[in-house]
Amino acid sequence: MKRTGILRILVIAGLIGLLEVLCRVGVIDNFTMPPPSRIAYDLWRILITGKFNAAIAKTFSNAALAFVLAVTIGIAAGVIIHAMRPLREALDPFFATYYAIPVLAFYPLLIILFGLGDAPKIIIAFMLGVVAIIVNTLNGLDRVPRVLLKTARMARLNPIATAIKITLPSATPYLLTGIKFAVAYSLIGIIGSEFVMSTNGIGFEIAFAYNNFDNATMYPLILLVMIVSISINTGLGLWEKMLLSRRGLR
Amino acid sequence: MSNERHVHVSLRGVTKIFRGAGGTPPVHALGPIDLDLRRGEFFAVVGPSGCGKSTLLEVLAGLSEVTEGEVRFEGKPIHGEIMDGVGVVFQEDACFPWMNIYDNIAFGLRQTSITATEIEGRVKRALSMMGLTPFAQSYPAQLSGGMRQRVCIARTLVLQPRLILLDEPFGALDQQTRLLMGEELLRLWRETGATIFLITHALDEAAMLADRIGVMSARPGRLLEIVETGWARDRDSRIVETDEFGRITARLWQWLRGESMKSIDQSSTAA
Ligand SMILES: Nc1ncnc2c1ncn2[C@@H]1O[C@H](COP(=O)(O)OP(=O)(O)OP(=O)(O)O)[C@@H](O)[C@H]1O
Ligand SMILES: [Mg+2]
Repeated sequence: MKRTGILRILVIAGLIGLLEVLCRVGVIDNFTMPPPSRIAYDLWRILITGKFNAAIAKTFSNAALAFVLAVTIGIAAGVIIHAMRPLREALDPFFATYYAIPVLAFYPLLIILFGLGDAPKIIIAFMLGVVAIIVNTLNGLDRVPRVLLKTARMARLNPIATAIKITLPSATPYLLTGIKFAVAYSLIGIIGSEFVMSTNGIGFEIAFAYNNFDNATMYPLILLVMIVSISINTGLGLWEKMLLSRRGLR
Repeated sequence: MSNERHVHVSLRGVTKIFRGAGGTPPVHALGPIDLDLRRGEFFAVVGPSGCGKSTLLEVLAGLSEVTEGEVRFEGKPIHGEIMDGVGVVFQEDACFPWMNIYDNIAFGLRQTSITATEIEGRVKRALSMMGLTPFAQSYPAQLSGGMRQRVCIARTLVLQPRLILLDEPFGALDQQTRLLMGEELLRLWRETGATIFLITHALDEAAMLADRIGVMSARPGRLLEIVETGWARDRDSRIVETDEFGRITARLWQWLRGESMKSIDQSSTAA
């Protein structure tokens, strides 16, 4: 492992250790936050008893669905918008200011439209993620070297084959950046919606535990969400690193 | 016409004007140009930078449509479409960074109906001919600029084109490698019998490699002169020691000196 990697782990371990000490000596009292070792133990209990399995499955399957929708529709939309210059120019300012819009504010409206089921949550998560995918797709497509497209023309590839065999692979590092955002946004969208108003899911359980001062549930569930999103992003980061080093970019 | 058989490519009054984008004035990049490329000849083009050499190549490749005039390849008119039997090596690095060397070379072949075994045979031969066999599984980023250029040449050669267009293929290489690559190109030319159209900014390279050298004017690029070298077909880089080589290079420079100065003026007024 590289020195920075070791250093990173030391810093994180140090912070957790510090938190542990602060909780144990009572600087942080146990009603505010249990010590990290306790949180980890509680999470372990929750997982082996299967108490929240339904909520966990609900949240992650909804997030996965929103993520898949955001990625596929986002990439397709990016390719289409890229090919249509006027549309691109019309939409660019919208994309530039999109993340200033608090998407979650539309959640009540979506509940009125679709009821208190999974659909409003998935739509929120999708709306959060899809624009990151579109913007990064456009970014990547802008940077495809012209000479590669000329090579494709010499091989007489049709536009669809060119998109699949040349343009998208060339833009993959940018697509990956968008995908990393989409992972985070789909989790935020689902859990955030569950937290605000819902009948199930991890976000709902966290909110319920919070209202009942149930730290032994709230903190472990937060930890679970952190572990899952950090693992996925680390995995994608490793993939990205391999891709970039293969291309001599890192 | 009796020499119809010998003319591989013909250009008549070929002119290219780029329409100005977003209020900029149109650019008259090329022409009018009249030129016949003979079947199986090695034709080199020299000219000041920005004079329209790459534009001419793209017209010949069918990548770019002419504004005026006519291009014929093997008697058939080209209207900005890709013709069977034409291969290009571009000025820029055109390797696909996400494919290994083997797949890069096989790329064009895989878009045709050629069988997998035939593709494998051709790619392996090209790899060994270009000294790339040990790098078949490497990625372009792991290779030097010269080796990447050889990948691009191999990728074009495996398609066995009858007309090979090369746009400053050795531009990024050091002098020694250039000379050796030039010899390599001569050997390929002799073996394949293809017609070669080579753009270069190196006068000595043109003088050493070509049967005929077209000298282009500053933009809009026109042909000022065609210099015949008269080399034997089985020449190699040792001809650079001959007096004739010196005379040809000197003649090219006489033509180009004034044009290059014009071209520098053009770019300094444009800037
Ligand atoms: N797509 C385009 N639109 C507008 N102008 C263009 C376009 N392509 C080329 N030009 C202009 O046409 C002229 C000729 O360009 P070209 O690339 O053919 O020159 P060149 O002789 O190949 O130059 P170099 O020696 O630098 O490779 C240049 O002034 C260039 O700016
Ligand atoms: Mg050029």
